[in-house]
Amino acid sequence: MSLLEIRDLKVRVGDKQILGGIDLKVEAGQIHAIMGPNGSGKSTLAHILAGREGFVPTGGSVSFDGKDLLAMAPEIRAREGVFLAFQYPVEIPGVSNKYFLKAAYNAIRKHKGLEELGAGAFLKLIKERAKLVELDPTLLDRPVNEGFSGGEKKRNEILQLAVLEPKLAILDETDSGLDIDALKVVASGINAMRHPSRSFVVVTHYQRLLDYLVPDVVHVLVNGRIVKSGDKKLALELEEKGYGWIEAQDRERVAQP
Amino acid sequence: MPEQQDALKKLTSGDYKYGFASDIEADQAPRGLSEDVIRLISNKKGEPAWLLEWRLKAYQHWLKLREPQWQNLHFPKIDYQDIIYYSAPKPKKLLKSMDEVDPEIRATFEKLGIPLEEQKMLAGVAVDAVFDSVSVATTYKRTLSELGIVFCSFSEAVQNHPELVRRYLGSVVPYTDNFFAALNSAVFSDGSFCYIPKGVRCPMELSTYFRINAAETGQFERTLIVAEDGAYVSYLEGCTAPIRDKNQLHAAVVELIALDNSQIKYSTIQNWYPGDKQGRGGIYNFVTKRGKCKGSNSKISWTQVETGSAITWKYPSCLLLGDNSVGEFYSVALTNNYQQADTGTKMIHVGKNTRSTVVSKGISAGHGQNTYRGLIKIAKGASGARNFSQCDSLLMGDLCGAHTFPSLEVNEPTGQVEHEATTSKIGEDQLFYCRQRGLSPEDAVGLIVNGFCKEVFKELPIEFAVEAHKLLNISLEGAVG
Repeated sequence: MSLLEIRDLKVRVGDKQILGGIDLKVEAGQIHAIMGPNGSGKSTLAHILAGREGFVPTGGSVSFDGKDLLAMAPEIRAREGVFLAFQYPVEIPGVSNKYFLKAAYNAIRKHKGLEELGAGAFLKLIKERAKLVELDPTLLDRPVNEGFSGGEKKRNEILQLAVLEPKLAILDETDSGLDIDALKVVASGINAMRHPSRSFVVVTHYQRLLDYLVPDVVHVLVNGRIVKSGDKKLALELEEKGYGWIEAQDRERVAQP
Repeated sequence: MPEQQDALKKLTSGDYKYGFASDIEADQAPRGLSEDVIRLISNKKGEPAWLLEWRLKAYQHWLKLREPQWQNLHFPKIDYQDIIYYSAPKPKKLLKSMDEVDPEIRATFEKLGIPLEEQKMLAGVAVDAVFDSVSVATTYKRTLSELGIVFCSFSEAVQNHPELVRRYLGSVVPYTDNFFAALNSAVFSDGSFCYIPKGVRCPMELSTYFRINAAETGQFERTLIVAEDGAYVSYLEGCTAPIRDKNQLHAAVVELIALDNSQIKYSTIQNWYPGDKQGRGGIYNFVTKRGKCKGSNSKISWTQVETGSAITWKYPSCLLLGDNSVGEFYSVALTNNYQQADTGTKMIHVGKNTRSTVVSKGISAGHGQNTYRGLIKIAKGASGARNFSQCDSLLMGDLCGAHTFPSLEVNEPTGQVEHEATTSKIGEDQLFYCRQRGLSPEDAVGLIVNGFCKEVFKELPIEFAVEAHKLLNISLEGAVG
């Protein structure tokens, strides 16, 4: 059984059909990259998996760990092990990063029937994980994402990933807005979190993140459909030739009777 | 704080938690207000002639006043002749210990979780519990009296310290101050009195729990706190009230006097019955609270968490007379369902180098309406006076409202006044972010709102901060769709 199995998923946002039938299978331990031009539906795919309001499935199914993902509330998906690293992490004034993470961590543990972790043990855990993403430990005491630089926000997302230890991590353009050094740090944090039972879906516009994070499968999303899948060489080919040729192929395919 | 969250779960499962009424024979005045009723109240309390005279003058003045119309509050006309102005548990012979207190009253205190018990002494809390209008028990008097601190009911203070009461009563809020202060001065039934002598730092948080009990009884509390030179006191006031169908009027007056180098910290959690989800019932809370920084280098801090009442009309203020004196106002006001709050502060700078800080956080949910109203006045001659004000509003949903009416009057060229204001909505983005990390929508809202209020909560004594946190979550129940 695949960890994530998407079948013919169609999604509407407002009155616009964004995804027109996605099929995708992600096995445990794999990294899948979702690439594609702007507006192709990459972020929509990330958000529908996380359960964002306003993204309405109009057909198809998503099974996660054998369960119907689309039937779950967003917080249940999170507790079951779906994590979304946001493209634009949200600020929560007055709530310390540490407190927020602890609330999230214990909500997940409770869901699993585990005892909540005490303050001391939790502090030890996040300090250790903060090192992994080279996050300045003083940021743990600051309000969630408030006043963080772009790079700090992205690293903070990866810290949350490292603490919450999901089964499926969806990274939505985590590389956007990062300089090369920050990109390396983020990638090494993600690599450190690789595990035979953990899968990654990496949504990205550019392939440069994939220099550091080697995908098992690369998918190209155009106009709400996966039009091509391949190994990491496909990402390099896209880098070289852009998306135009694939879009042209797709138009031809659609035009054929 | 998992244990806190658990407690929350238990608390959030029901409606207004403190909605029960105890059945105690009340000794009450006839309905309506007249000189006779005032004489009756004064007589019941065995008051000296000067106090009765003062009450009657206040009454005569009140007759000439009209209810204020300027506030942004809408409520049916109050019939002041349809209110019972005095109600007390039947007087029994003087009690020697808690064991002699009416078991039903004690049971009520237990239900409320009022810490009259021995353990609380270890926790360092002295409690003067006002049940309806008469104090039934006062603890820790001995510890306090060894330090020369007087902490007792207002009635006792009138009997035992008449010279202090006479000197300070009405010296900060005269009976001519406003309609509700005049009414209170005429009919106040009881309240608390606190006197900290020269150079004494009160070693514990002093707290008073008020509770409205008899149906349709107006509650008119009077509190007077005096800090002599170099004294310090932190005073906590917390309120709960039982469910009633008819609106209940509450018009309290609180006066604080801080002399040279002294400090008074006054914290309130106000959780009177807010009315039901359709806006029926609930307390009308018209309160006049004012502190006078009479001495130089004195400081008065007001911290309030207002989650209850159908109507809140309240402006804890500071009169900064002494040079270098400091006034502070930290407020969280939450209105849910059909609650309305018009609250804020007045900082009147008269002395040189006086400073004031105002931090107001208004939260509106449901059909709640929340108004901040503030006056910062820097009088001529108050050289070097400074104020900083920050007013933030948080809206939940599309049916509620937030309003801000700041007034600044600067009559001194060296005065500095800063005002910052923000209005925000709990965003879908924030909610989704929290939920994506595993938090339920209720927990997410609680987290966001408590974060919003953090600057105020950190001013509260720790036990109160925990209670405030809980209260906010309870009060927001059902605010997320």
